[in-house]
Amino acid sequence: MGGTHQDIDPLDRRLLNEFQQNFPLVARPYAALAERLGTTEAEVLARLDRLGRAGAVSRVGAVVRPHAAGASTLAAMAVPADRLGTVANLVSAYPEVNHNYQREHRLNLWFVVAAPSEGAVRAVLADIAERTGLDVLDLPLLEPYHIDLGFELKWN
Amino acid sequence: MELSERDLGLVAALADGLELVERPFLALGRTLGLDEAEVVARIEALIGAGIIRRFGVIVRHHELGYRANAMAVWDIPDDEVGERGRALAASPEVTLCYRRPRRPPDWPYNLFCMVHGRDRAEVEAVIAGLSARHGLVRFGHAVLFSTRRFKQTGARYGRHDAQAAE
Repeated sequence: MGGTHQDIDPLDRRLLNEFQQNFPLVARPYAALAERLGTTEAEVLARLDRLGRAGAVSRVGAVVRPHAAGASTLAAMAVPADRLGTVANLVSAYPEVNHNYQREHRLNLWFVVAAPSEGAVRAVLADIAERTGLDVLDLPLLEPYHIDLGFELKWN
Repeated sequence: MELSERDLGLVAALADGLELVERPFLALGRTLGLDEAEVVARIEALIGAGIIRRFGVIVRHHELGYRANAMAVWDIPDDEVGERGRALAASPEVTLCYRRPRRPPDWPYNLFCMVHGRDRAEVEAVIAGLSARHGLVRFGHAVLFSTRRFKQTGARYGRHDAQAAE
């Protein structure tokens, strides 16, 4: 992973920080961004494309309330160290799995499963448990407390 | 608010992201059979209804130098967890804050927060500060740093490998 963030100039920073919310819902939104930034629509499009390719921008789009359009859960497993890579790859291969991390804990593999229905989510967990012979903890969201306002990036 | 089939299609498309073209709502409408003004009006309605929590540029922390992330968890009595969770969620360093079920004996914690930072020390300091400021020191607690990212989707127009080693 190279130093993506080292190649980011002041205009990129503004593009990354100032439009995480209140994105203009107008026919030509990138032209509206350009006006705010004192540049051109073409420049905004080129920069978003470059930041996307570099991995700094995931997308220009929506963060949807959990469960608004389906069901999801956070799952955790205690995987023996010598099986971790194999089990992690098995888990990642499910299209329903969208995040999959190793974490420092006896429960060392954590992933999010999202599917159209509760039943489909439970079926993925059951399938993983059966194929690995390991328990899968199901930790569904009970109550969200945060309001997602984006994330202010700071540069030194 | 019940989502219509059309809104479900719109929400799915928006989760994938807008195209980088001059008139992205027009382009999106073509794929859904809606005109540009209808797309914008439906997005406004979905934001108003709280279905879309945020609309805009979605950044990826890791690639921007925020290399450390931890899940901080606490075991808070059920009659206090809502108040504690809302207080934590209002802290700018907390990116996600949820109540989830305990699963004893493996997992005794019911309050989950995600904290991102440039490095481990920064994240540790933030979590220690949160614990102290919010009076959480007396509760059962764990911090689970992420040590490897196996999969993170959501990069719809990036070409990097989401499974790259950290």
